[in-house]
Amino acid sequence: MNEDMIKEEVGTAKESAGKKAGKKKTKKIRSYPIIVLTAFYGLLFGTMLIYICNYSYRNKQVLLNNNYNTRQQILANQNTRGSIVSRDGDLLAYSEAGEDGKDKRVYPYNEEFAHVVGYASNGKSGLEALTNYYLINTSADLSEKVEYDLEGKKYPGDNVITSLDVKLQEVAFNALAARKGAIVVSDPKTGQILAMVSKPDFDPNKIQEEWERLINDTSGNAMLVNRATQGLYPPGSTFKIVTSLAYLRDHPDEIDSYRYSCNGRFTHEDESISCFHGESHGSVDFYTSFAKSCNSSYANMGLNISRSTFNKTLDDLMFNQDIPVSLSHSTSTAIYDKDTTSASVMQLSIGQGTTGVSPIHMNLITSAIANDGVLMKPYLVTEIKAADGKTVKSYSPEKYKKLMTEEEAETLTQMMIQVVESGTGTKLKGQSYTAAGKTGSAEFNTSTSDSHAWFTGFAPAEDPEICVTIIVENAGSGGSYAVPIAKRIFDAYFGVD
Amino acid sequence: MKLYVTEISKYVIALFLFLYTLEAFMAFRFRTEKKRKGIYIRQIIFMFAVQLACFVQIIARTGKARYLFFFAFQIIVFASVLMLFYVIYPEANRLIINNSCMLLMIGMIILTRLSYDKAVKQFFIITASFIIGFFVPEAVFRFNFVKKFTYVFAAIGIVAIGVVLLLGAVTNGSKITYTLGGITFQPSEVVKIVFLFFMAGALYESDNIWLLFINSIIAAAHVIILVLSKDLGSALIFFVIYLAMIYIATENIGYLAIGLGFGALASAFAYKLFSHIQVRVQAWIDPFADIEKTGYQLSQSLFGISCGSWFGLGLYGGAPQSIPFVEQDFIFSAIAEEMGIIFAVLMALICVSSFVAIMQEGYFLRDKYYRLVVCGIGVAYIFQTFLTIGGGCKFIPLTGVTLPLVSYGGTSVFVTIIMMMIVEGICMIRTDERYVAIEKMQRRKAARKRTEDKADT
Repeated sequence: MNEDMIKEEVGTAKESAGKKAGKKKTKKIRSYPIIVLTAFYGLLFGTMLIYICNYSYRNKQVLLNNNYNTRQQILANQNTRGSIVSRDGDLLAYSEAGEDGKDKRVYPYNEEFAHVVGYASNGKSGLEALTNYYLINTSADLSEKVEYDLEGKKYPGDNVITSLDVKLQEVAFNALAARKGAIVVSDPKTGQILAMVSKPDFDPNKIQEEWERLINDTSGNAMLVNRATQGLYPPGSTFKIVTSLAYLRDHPDEIDSYRYSCNGRFTHEDESISCFHGESHGSVDFYTSFAKSCNSSYANMGLNISRSTFNKTLDDLMFNQDIPVSLSHSTSTAIYDKDTTSASVMQLSIGQGTTGVSPIHMNLITSAIANDGVLMKPYLVTEIKAADGKTVKSYSPEKYKKLMTEEEAETLTQMMIQVVESGTGTKLKGQSYTAAGKTGSAEFNTSTSDSHAWFTGFAPAEDPEICVTIIVENAGSGGSYAVPIAKRIFDAYFGVD
Repeated sequence: MKLYVTEISKYVIALFLFLYTLEAFMAFRFRTEKKRKGIYIRQIIFMFAVQLACFVQIIARTGKARYLFFFAFQIIVFASVLMLFYVIYPEANRLIINNSCMLLMIGMIILTRLSYDKAVKQFFIITASFIIGFFVPEAVFRFNFVKKFTYVFAAIGIVAIGVVLLLGAVTNGSKITYTLGGITFQPSEVVKIVFLFFMAGALYESDNIWLLFINSIIAAAHVIILVLSKDLGSALIFFVIYLAMIYIATENIGYLAIGLGFGALASAFAYKLFSHIQVRVQAWIDPFADIEKTGYQLSQSLFGISCGSWFGLGLYGGAPQSIPFVEQDFIFSAIAEEMGIIFAVLMALICVSSFVAIMQEGYFLRDKYYRLVVCGIGVAYIFQTFLTIGGGCKFIPLTGVTLPLVSYGGTSVFVTIIMMMIVEGICMIRTDERYVAIEKMQRRKAARKRTEDKADT
């Protein structure tokens, strides 16, 4: 509805009238409101149709995964659920045609991958939930589908290739043995998760039979919870990484001159902090405070860091915010606001008090240190493949965020090397690889001296390939209980017997 | 083999509908029906190609012969409508009639898939509507005394919807239907046409502010009765018709602004007052929050739309029955699910094409009365389409109106066909105006020539 048309109309009128009556000027627009209304509704429809396409395309997976969406059942009847495969091609989960015509989901490694791979009946969890969309859909060609039709078989769902390493998972799983806790192993350069263990566990093969027992469990074991991502633990001394970074930023010129005389206890305004088992560390500098994990020195440091710098550091390291993990996870908390008392600041500085961190979050911070301050987006799925091997979708390493400067990462690395060389992590000393890390013994109960054993670190320190975070619940000191597990994982990775 | 048929036909269907839609917009490049002839013929070919491909898919999936007969009957009816219409009214706008037939065909296809019984019922109503509809253009062309019936129309409208408010049956919480002589119908649909004529009659002669005020009160009475019947969709449509017609009649954007402001105020008031409106708005903001109850319909509709992807799951491939009232309020979602988002979007564009064609007719019309009627029909049509598509895809809150010509519902399809036929009748008035204009011009020219001749001699 524009001038062209009007001209044309006039034109045709002239044509029909014949001869040259073309002296008349172009006619005026007859009715603006009609043009306005037509344009308005045209635009409205344009916007709406773009919205429909965009909304349904973007939310396709979320909508299909909704439990109220009956279309999942249509796909399940039509396709066999795809397999979940390790980085070397070992099957971690696959479907088998059962005798009753229903497919049976098989998990060859039983409990080993229970949390990370998850389960697919009685709801879904882990990778089974995360990649459900691909597992239930098929990318088989039309001609292949016809073949399956002729054989009377269902179409094969797409397969999910993960970055999980069966060997490392096995070592981590066995190292944790009967203890509760979690282990995360990742590649700091790519963000790939190589292993993820959570205990206590369950057998996904028997999920249906044991469902009642698992969800009605009152012992507090919470077998279905993936502690690696959903568990929130007091970080204990591993948090000194954060405090150190904050101190580095607040007092960049006083690092070399920092001295503190430790007598096993630090007191400020009637509140005191003790070193682990009351040990007195004597005169310590910035690096030794870290290596020996001197609580008193860190409480002292913490009080000297300005609130804004501390908060900026917490912010940069993704505390109190969502972390880029695709599995369901918890948000770590570390609070320092204007109401925080100096006693709480002292507690915060040594990772005690109300501070809570998930193992995966600690792993991300450590990975960033190992990767010159850059956090790679963690991921588990490397590729989606059709049954015939053709790639449907592939995922490559992606830079997520720069958590700290290269210099800061380098300083922290040096400090973490000292932990292994001369501090609380000496059980990793003298290997064919140079390890770097930080131990932690987090007290979780004010009335007892029981502690969770933490270790987070990487190797080789000069060119990190693997990053390990371990928490063993209620075990004792990190140096005695978590570091040996790290050693077993590093040994397995570097092929040391 | 069956798989090849169903899979390939998906793309064939989308392709033909795309070609059809393309032609539906290409038509606007030409002003005269004569020049559009080629487009119309191609449109008819694509139209039947879409229908054929869909029925091939339906028969391949179900293997039932009865669909073959049903298909044959549909071809006969639609082909006769298109042919007879061309023969009887060669001067009418064929783009509008083609688009209407295309939309009716799509409606029949998806209804056949959803519920055979409903499809058959709908088919009879369509056939009857066309038989009655064929007389409408001629009637509109001849009976221009309706211009004087303004307040008679107002009275008929208010009485008809008033009766429903007082005596009507309650369906899904709103009073919208009324049973007379065994036939259940929805008076608000029919009153829509009466209301259009009332508004046109009230506005075409004068824009006296007092008259405008009195007429606004009568229009408001319509809207209020509908709100009280909890027929929100219709109330909104009436209000939008009123606004658009006032705007076109007065050409004063100020009235539009005042009307919109007043409408916004009334909406806010209604939101505070009626809990069922609040529920709808909540369900629109987050349908998944209360998915088991208030958000169920919309969530299922969204599942359907997104599940279909670009080319759809194929007829009988999805689960559109999981959406409550799918045949009436959510037909668009069912189409998107099984025939694909591309198909559904093209269908919506065909509605836009019809709308533009109707508005264009109004634009070139000299008679202000008929201009108002035709533009009122255009706005009523496109706004209702907007309400139902937008409501089903979470673009706007759900109002529960049908998709004209596509959804199941006898009154709705009858009224829309009649409205399109009124437009066609008015097209003839416009063509007539043009002939008169041309005649006048020729006469003037002849007269000039005569005087020139005289001067020569």
